[in-house]
Amino acid sequence: VCMTNCPTLIVMVGLPARGKTYISKKLTRYLNWIGVPTKEFNVGQYRRDLVKKYKSFEFFLPDNEEGLKIRKQCALAALNDVRQYLSEENGHVAVFDATNTTRERRETIYKFGEENGYKTFFVESVCVDPEVIAANIVQVKLGSPDYVDCSNDEATEDFMKRIECYKNSYETLDETLDKDLSYIKIMDVGRSYLVNRVMDHIQSRIVYYLMNIHVTPRSIYLCRHGESELNLKGRIGGDPGLSVRGKEFAKSLAQFINEQNIKDLKVWTSQMKRTIQTAEALGVPYEQWKVLNEIDAGVCEEMTYEEIQENYPLEFALRDQDKYRYRYPKGESYEDLVQRLEPVIMELERQENVLVICHQAVMRCLLAYFLDKPAEQLPYLKCPLHTVLKLTPVAYG
Amino acid sequence: AWASYMTNSPTLIVMIGLPARGKTYMSKKLTRYLNWIGVPTKVFNLGVYRREAVKSYKSYDFFRHDNKEAMEIRKRCALVALEDVKSYLLEECGQIAVRSSALKIVLHRGGSKLPRVFFVESVCDDPEVIAANILEVKVSSPDYPERHRENVMDDFLKRIECYKVTYQPLDPDAYDKDLSFIKVINVGQRFLVNRVQDYIQSKIVYYLMNIHVQPRTIYLCRHGESEYNLVGKIGGDSGLSPRGKQFSQALKKFIEEQEIVELKVWTSQLKRTIQTAESLGVLYEQWKILNEIDAGVCEEMTYAEIEAKYPEEFAMRDQEKYLYRYPGGESYQDLVQRLEPVIMELERQGNVLVISHQAVMRCLLAYFLDKSADELPYLRCPLHTILKLTPVAYGCKVETITLNVEAVNTHRDKPSLNSHSLPSRQSPVRMRRNSFTPRASADPVKRPRHHSLGSKPLDLLGPFPSLE
Repeated sequence: VCMTNCPTLIVMVGLPARGKTYISKKLTRYLNWIGVPTKEFNVGQYRRDLVKKYKSFEFFLPDNEEGLKIRKQCALAALNDVRQYLSEENGHVAVFDATNTTRERRETIYKFGEENGYKTFFVESVCVDPEVIAANIVQVKLGSPDYVDCSNDEATEDFMKRIECYKNSYETLDETLDKDLSYIKIMDVGRSYLVNRVMDHIQSRIVYYLMNIHVTPRSIYLCRHGESELNLKGRIGGDPGLSVRGKEFAKSLAQFINEQNIKDLKVWTSQMKRTIQTAEALGVPYEQWKVLNEIDAGVCEEMTYEEIQENYPLEFALRDQDKYRYRYPKGESYEDLVQRLEPVIMELERQENVLVICHQAVMRCLLAYFLDKPAEQLPYLKCPLHTVLKLTPVAYG
Repeated sequence: AWASYMTNSPTLIVMIGLPARGKTYMSKKLTRYLNWIGVPTKVFNLGVYRREAVKSYKSYDFFRHDNKEAMEIRKRCALVALEDVKSYLLEECGQIAVRSSALKIVLHRGGSKLPRVFFVESVCDDPEVIAANILEVKVSSPDYPERHRENVMDDFLKRIECYKVTYQPLDPDAYDKDLSFIKVINVGQRFLVNRVQDYIQSKIVYYLMNIHVQPRTIYLCRHGESEYNLVGKIGGDSGLSPRGKQFSQALKKFIEEQEIVELKVWTSQLKRTIQTAESLGVLYEQWKILNEIDAGVCEEMTYAEIEAKYPEEFAMRDQEKYLYRYPGGESYQDLVQRLEPVIMELERQGNVLVISHQAVMRCLLAYFLDKSADELPYLRCPLHTILKLTPVAYGCKVETITLNVEAVNTHRDKPSLNSHSLPSRQSPVRMRRNSFTPRASADPVKRPRHHSLGSKPLDLLGPFPSLE
């Protein structure tokens, strides 16, 4: 029995155009953001690297000997890289993104996991709704490198035939035959889920995350509070109110929001004056989240950067060395901030149209999650005052 | 409460399943959890209604599906229960009602604000689990006053058979595909989740997926007596006093004697809990969210000093200790919100020892012992005392263990409402819940915010601090 520090191997399962890569990428982004080193391995990519030019769906026919050989080779190459990532490069989670539609293939992967001391968790996506599948194809397959020289109609036709190639041999995860495996089966883009034998904390988090994400189109608006009195003086932290210009921004924001004509917009603020005053100007109900409060600068609260440099030269230098992990004495670090913002991210995933009025460090953390920015870049992301970032999910990003 | 912000319409949770499948266990646990995170919830157990209607239980014959008279009684009970549910949700401002019964009820739709319905079905075909359930909770049920185990087992198994005849499990593929539900299979080995509609249902699902029924023990205690405890100062980040160090040694011995299998040890990120754990000589995990409540401007003051400097604050706190938020600091309510991940992880784990602080321990204890927000801030959590919690039947058995190491008393009871009563205004404390400006005293000199989210404090006399 493995200790809780075992690496985890997540294995995607499902026919083409069922959202496997979408889920892999999103899950990878989420796990990395909360600090779990994760990497995805897309077997299709390996195939594209090996077989320089994609000809047609015939490559995927079940009796195409050469095709089968190459595909197996790619899978093994990918598994090899997985091993290197998890066992040698200190990765914690690897996401193996392929169809893995036969029990035999899954057995092979499971054995691989066992041999190397990984816990294996399957994520299967099942969907029979032709509209959803057609939409997927339009969103991500038509632009694929495989169909660079084809018209949309040709691409769609070929892809549908590709799916057919897999259908005959598809063995879905079965309640009886696969009862000893750990897995989640996602049905119809999250309408229902079957969860079996969740083994540990990370699998429980993964299940919770997967059950909260959705694909309904929506937009997330991120902005900071209007300019505050302390901003004007160059002081950090504290709990000041808005300056004159800050109040103007609040009014402009109200106008902007009205013009956007957003359906059922939710507005969230922190519990600090400056975000609340900004939201007040919008004249709509808003929700205050304490966890959206700005990073706590501890002993440096309400000082200017010059004062900090004068009074705490050592701290000042240390912060520049590793801005993500540096924790203000008696305060917080960006890393702490990410941990406290996780429920916000989870709720943002559940919601649809949301406007989040927050603070510089907080906004950087949220932005890093949506734009998949690593820890090194996070504390330097540009989030100027009086600027609204409108995020719309599209394809894989 | 923050969690109830997220729920707009009330929710009706309907439990489904044959007898002895853990429905009442889950109902009570779920209710306890939801109330703790601030979502008013109440359980309506049909068995209780039935026992009131039919004063004395004779035998399983009552439950035979062809027993027309009994069926009438049971149906009437269900309707009475539903009326109570309706009044709870609509008039008493409850938000979630959990119904525990073995029948699948067709809902009586009435009233203006329809609750959202979420079904929780428990399916189990493992005869060992079922037998264990019967022994644990049915033998001591009011239905079986003589408590003769074999008779009880026999009658109860026949009772289950009566239900089996008409049992229609939720069918996600056809008949019930539009319902919102979770099916818990074989005590959490497997789950089927269908059409989760909103935030609260998502939390319920997450919770149900994290709880387990493996026997285990949770030990709660505070750090050893600290230097600040000795001088009556609250908060701060002081080290252990000599008696506190003695306690750590006694704790180590106690833990060894208990011979606990795979014990996990958790502390906060404040010196005094860490020093306590260090003496145990085992691996421990530091959780920042286990840090003591942040007393804001009152940090490192004694109660006498606070009363002198901030008399209005002091009085307000005594009026509404659960909701009262220290200026620049936290309230017990904030503490509960921040401790929720600890509770979730405690549910997942096995044997755990949590070394924390007075206010924190009160919050955790209130969760396990189902104490209300009014009682929570006055729960007794003295220094140098361990509370051993063992889940049993529908609740928790508590054992108090004093390790015979003297310490100061840090407990303050709720003062009687005569002396320092404030003129009654419209509950200033409640109005402050979401405000940011201290309502009472003049703006004090803003102290640096100590450990509001905790960190290893800078040791100015020590060596060069290193980054973790």
